Amino acid sequence: MKKLMLGNEAFARGLYEAGCRIVSSYPGTPSTEITEEAAKYDEMYAEWAPNEKVAMETALGASIAGARSFCGMKHVGLNVAADPLYTASYTGVNGGMVIAVADDQGMHSSQNEQDSRHHAIASKVPMLEPSDSAECKEFVKTAYDISEQFDTPVIVRMSTRVAHSQSIVEMEDRQDDSLKEYVKSPQKYVMMPAYAKSKHVFVEERTEKLVKYAETSPLNRTEISETAEFGVITNGAAYQFAKEALGDKASYLKLGMVNPMPVQLIRDFAAKYEKVYIIEELDGIIEQHCRNIGVTNIQGKEIFGYIGEIPQSVIAEKILGEKKEFNALEENIPVRPPVMCAGCPHRGMFYTLKKLGVTVSGDIGCYTLGACAPLEALDTTICMGASISGLHGFNKARGAESEHRSVAVIGDSTFMHSGITGLVNIAYNDSNSTVIILDNSITGMTGHQQNPTTGKNLKGDPAAAVNLEELCHAVGIKRVRVVDPYKLAECETAVKEELAADEASVIISRRPCALLKYVKHNAPLKVNSDKCVGCKMCMKLGCPAISMRDGKAVIDHTQCVGCGICTEMCKIGAIG
Amino acid sequence: METKSIMIVGVGGQGSLLASRLLGNVLLAQGYDVKVSEVHGMSQRGGSVVTYVRYGDKVYSPVIEKGEADAVISFELLEAARCLPYLKKGGHLITSTQQIDPMPVITGAAAYPEDLAEKLAAAGADLVAVDALTLAEQAGTSKAANVVLMGVLASKMDFPEELWQNALEQCVPAKFLELNKKAFELGKNA
Repeated sequence: MKKLMLGNEAFARGLYEAGCRIVSSYPGTPSTEITEEAAKYDEMYAEWAPNEKVAMETALGASIAGARSFCGMKHVGLNVAADPLYTASYTGVNGGMVIAVADDQGMHSSQNEQDSRHHAIASKVPMLEPSDSAECKEFVKTAYDISEQFDTPVIVRMSTRVAHSQSIVEMEDRQDDSLKEYVKSPQKYVMMPAYAKSKHVFVEERTEKLVKYAETSPLNRTEISETAEFGVITNGAAYQFAKEALGDKASYLKLGMVNPMPVQLIRDFAAKYEKVYIIEELDGIIEQHCRNIGVTNIQGKEIFGYIGEIPQSVIAEKILGEKKEFNALEENIPVRPPVMCAGCPHRGMFYTLKKLGVTVSGDIGCYTLGACAPLEALDTTICMGASISGLHGFNKARGAESEHRSVAVIGDSTFMHSGITGLVNIAYNDSNSTVIILDNSITGMTGHQQNPTTGKNLKGDPAAAVNLEELCHAVGIKRVRVVDPYKLAECETAVKEELAADEASVIISRRPCALLKYVKHNAPLKVNSDKCVGCKMCMKLGCPAISMRDGKAVIDHTQCVGCGICTEMCKIGAIG
Repeated sequence: METKSIMIVGVGGQGSLLASRLLGNVLLAQGYDVKVSEVHGMSQRGGSVVTYVRYGDKVYSPVIEKGEADAVISFELLEAARCLPYLKKGGHLITSTQQIDPMPVITGAAAYPEDLAEKLAAAGADLVAVDALTLAEQAGTSKAANVVLMGVLASKMDFPEELWQNALEQCVPAKFLELNKKAFELGKNA
């Protein structure tokens, strides 16, 4: 049966067909739907782990136990999981183990644009890279075979365009999924120096074997065009862009296995053409490999650069000198950046922080949008958990002057991911820091995934819920209080009091995400235009439902959820 | 057949994912190779959202670039204007007349351009402007404006009615099906 599937959905289908049994992941755009789709198959156990390191260790444990296992994450998540990855390379596997890492060329939804192939090279783990949904499914199945044949975890690298594009997939049945026997083997699984030394020898020998495999594997495909004027070596989404732009004007070597790369195959292909273009997004890894093996009739990064995607227009322009014509209005079209939704519970707290002029150490989630106008509340955003530990360092550096006027903000899921350890550090190393947990009872930005604080698991079944108040007390924070961010006066009092206190404190700003299905909305609010004086106080909230028409505020009834914060802002009572 | 390109654009939360999936399923049932490229994550939060649908004998790139779209379907007027450069010369531009102020307009840093529909038509687009929001509210909910616009698109494409009905049944939850069928019909006859 044929079906249109997202790359991520096809990846999950590949897990199912390959007989994968255990799935553990942390959500992150553009990887999230792999695990959400995997959870729809009853044959696979699937869970959200608190972070990527836990997910990868869970998958490795399941592999050692004899099951085919999987963990998925976005590119920056692999940094968190790098520790187990580099040693899993040494232990190898029992049941096959596949890791998905989704890069975000173009930074559609990420804080950096790192190229995850570097992790594969450094950890000496093979990496495959599909370029459409059908390949996602096929490559996952091949990845399991490679994993078990060569005794190694295998990374499958995704990209935003492959993960979030739908194309046609042919579905097949599930393979045998029986557990392999588990045999105690400390030489293989206990990585202390005496055993690890021999495993490093094994890893280097394995890489040599994998290079030989790469020479003849159908993962690496040559497409020769009789009318080709030049050659192209490419991978992933860039292959599709190159085919679109160049068609049969080029011959292609498409690398489906991006680590390790073949040697002779590349030399033979490049020898056929006077000129070979290397079309790869982000870093020049294929290009450098070509130079390392003495292939020099190539051009790559000097024309395509290191930044963002390389879509068909760029390839057509750089190689063929062709540009498309188009119409445009002369009008200035205002940009439309993403915003916090109408009724977002984060808005009230951010308004309070902006009003009080507080320095805000930010984190990763919907609330990163608090950096945008008009709230402009954030001072920093680095990575998952950095709000809390970064604030601690900031306060240690600047002392009391900073301690009484700076806070960290972090969401519930991000706090569970890697905020807890930062809070432990604040308590243990005694900084008078104020941490605000923006508890909207869900992982918001990635599209509503459950987490350890929500009381539900990935399948939506009841699960143990972490009690944030008790957890904060348990790590040594004495001052812990809960506020409702829809109540501006309550927020302001709490922030002022906790900043004034001479010890560390946590404010839990608690209100479920307005987009959650179970959240009941009030009737949309209306502006009484006879009363409205156009003072624009309500506009300071940056609510997308409120705008000015003819000098008066108006509320868009299709967006307003009646949260009522604007009524608190309106001193003349014109909103109700 | 040469690859055809349709862009579906709007504001995060307006339902462009459902619209592109409907179209993708119709094209698949017609026997085409199809690619549909979606936007997830941060850009969905009230920002400009762009979905690409491409079909033909063999589709490579999942994205549509400036000067490549045979049709643009927009859920919001400013987004239609923003995406005009993507339209091929003489391509179809179907837009809802709904206006949603972006944050720079809300904060007063920019103004929402006036008379956009007239300006788009003057710029050479084959323009169809529909009050999709009002039609959706007639069907039962403002949320169905996306399906109204797919009805408008269906009236411009020569595909069997049955395929659209099947796609609606596949893509829409059963309890909202009748409402969406009504919205589709209102769009088709608009």
